[in-house]
Amino acid sequence: MKPFRTHRGRVAPLDRINVDTDQIIPKQFLKRIERTGFGQFLFYDWRFAADGVRNSGFVLDEPRYKGASILVAGKNFGCGSSREHAVWALADFGFRAVISSSFADIFANNSTKNGFLTVCLSEGEVAELMQRSRGVNDYQLTIDLEQCEVRDDQGFRAKFPIDEFVRHCLLNGLDDIGLTLQHEAEITDYEALHPVQSALVT
Amino acid sequence: MPAKRTLFENIWDAHLVAQPSGRSPIIYIDLHLVHEVTSPQAFDGLRVAGRKVRQPARTVATVDHNIPTEPRGTPITDLIAAKQIAALQANCKEFGVRLFDMDSPEQGIVHVIGPELGLTQPGMTVVCGDSHTSTHGAFGALAFGIGTSEVEHVLATQCLAQQRPKTMKIDVRGRLAEGVTAKDLALGIIGQIGTDGATGHVIEYAGEAVRGLSMEGRMTLCNMSIEAGARAGMVAPDETTFAYVQGKRFAPRDGEWEKAVEYWRGLPTDEGAGFDKVVEMDAEQLSPFVTWGTNPGMVAPVTGRVPEPRSLNESDQRATELALQYMGLEPGKRIEDIGIDRVFIGSCTNSRIEDLRAAAQVAKGYHVSSKVRAMVVPGSQAIKRAAEREGLHQIFLDAGFEWRESGCSMCLGMNPDILQPGERCASTSNRNFEGRQGRGGRTHLVSPMMAAAAAIAGHFTDIRNWKFQ
Repeated sequence: MKPFRTHRGRVAPLDRINVDTDQIIPKQFLKRIERTGFGQFLFYDWRFAADGVRNSGFVLDEPRYKGASILVAGKNFGCGSSREHAVWALADFGFRAVISSSFADIFANNSTKNGFLTVCLSEGEVAELMQRSRGVNDYQLTIDLEQCEVRDDQGFRAKFPIDEFVRHCLLNGLDDIGLTLQHEAEITDYEALHPVQSALVT
Repeated sequence: MPAKRTLFENIWDAHLVAQPSGRSPIIYIDLHLVHEVTSPQAFDGLRVAGRKVRQPARTVATVDHNIPTEPRGTPITDLIAAKQIAALQANCKEFGVRLFDMDSPEQGIVHVIGPELGLTQPGMTVVCGDSHTSTHGAFGALAFGIGTSEVEHVLATQCLAQQRPKTMKIDVRGRLAEGVTAKDLALGIIGQIGTDGATGHVIEYAGEAVRGLSMEGRMTLCNMSIEAGARAGMVAPDETTFAYVQGKRFAPRDGEWEKAVEYWRGLPTDEGAGFDKVVEMDAEQLSPFVTWGTNPGMVAPVTGRVPEPRSLNESDQRATELALQYMGLEPGKRIEDIGIDRVFIGSCTNSRIEDLRAAAQVAKGYHVSSKVRAMVVPGSQAIKRAAEREGLHQIFLDAGFEWRESGCSMCLGMNPDILQPGERCASTSNRNFEGRQGRGGRTHLVSPMMAAAAAIAGHFTDIRNWKFQ
């Protein structure tokens, strides 16, 4: 996994609450068996008309937000389906992080497994960033995971909470499975005490 | 005196494998359910790392999300879907995982077949790469959805590193009235606490109304926990649970059964145990519900009206305006005046035999409105057979409903069963998100009885006034 330490990038605002994973990556694109290539389908129904022609006016297609790598969105981002394809699509499109006042649990979990950061700020701070990303041309933010801080060049500075272990894994790009397998002996002990029921093995 | 404990704590503690300092606890997973959509990249990960499936016996796969509901044997015309199904078949073969394939008499929606095969049992930890894994909590199991990276993690280690969630009790006093179902209870709860009301929490549903639900009803209720943002939802196991599990194909047998029941009896929450959050509801206040918007929290009683965005706070106002625009609805419109084009009875929320019986009872002696296309998609092959033995399929067919093969179908429209742009659907599924059932499609979530009644009337109608024939 690619480590996440500090990232500076252009910010795009998505001023909607409860953005669900069906919007982030619609179901017709979940049939691929690879982890790559989902970026072209990100927010498909909002970005493209039914015939595949680009809709006018979707925020990510405005020239000023081209190349954005940080998305600011309303509360409860990533709700609904557990599809990790949502994170793969955001990352493949070029995003490294989403900032919101709250995230759905499974989406947040999936993000950390992909070196993708979910930054939780207060509703007021999110509204402020939303406004600045609209008002300031080429608005840039720095997300500093070592300091757990988000800052810009116009004096905005905010701390964000994150689980210490998750932070450790992200900073070092650690493979979760490898970490769990360090406990091989404990897993084996547990299994010795909790055998599989006979109906499943016969 | 020992500390008072919750059902969740009992299960969590019994599954702790290790608690490394400064890291998330590692818990053991008893049952891992696998389907075609969220697993191919996980199996690939195993191959790349040279890892095996640690416990093939605790891993069970089926195909449900993208399979057609046309008669079995009809070729799959969607080549990418066919490739995904072929990938699961090859992966199960390579890694020694039991697969209930398309032609299997046990095939069905993963959250329907787990319980009906007796794979799901009280006290277990159950995961699946699907958010509606919360369904299995109906048995007093800790069951939650995971992403593909975690699917790979469980395949490789039979464990998950998880932060311990918080607990929430939803206490439903009184009894549900006639015509008000587990689905309405679920929608009522989400309408009250919101789609993020339970984020970070495991819900335990309790109270007289919950105790009174059948296993099917409890599954419907727990299924929708994720729509309130919950990590999981659960109901304490009791005699209703044990009676359902006993004798199922993979249920504990012989001497194992008595031992299991004895253990299960010790799982329920102690009287007076503490929760991080408690919500109280009055079952008698609930009506049959219909969603009017683009998330399951946007809900009104069937006797109500589409809300006026003006009456709401700023952020809800904007979300409501966007939702009404998408749904093509005027503020203040009576719910019963909303006409529909399609009806879908199915999904892991409401496709079980009891759901089909309820819908058939409504449909009996009537005919689907001439402007409506209605389909019934049983949750599994076993349910389809049971319904056919009871003659339910004939009631549906006589009434003009389509009777199809089992799968997820139009709940998420990954297979050919989708809405056309602008079509309005009364659906017994779980999500009314934009485009969920097909681009531009407009979904209203309801109970099976309400869906059947809407199919016949051509618009929503209060099932409490229905003239059963």
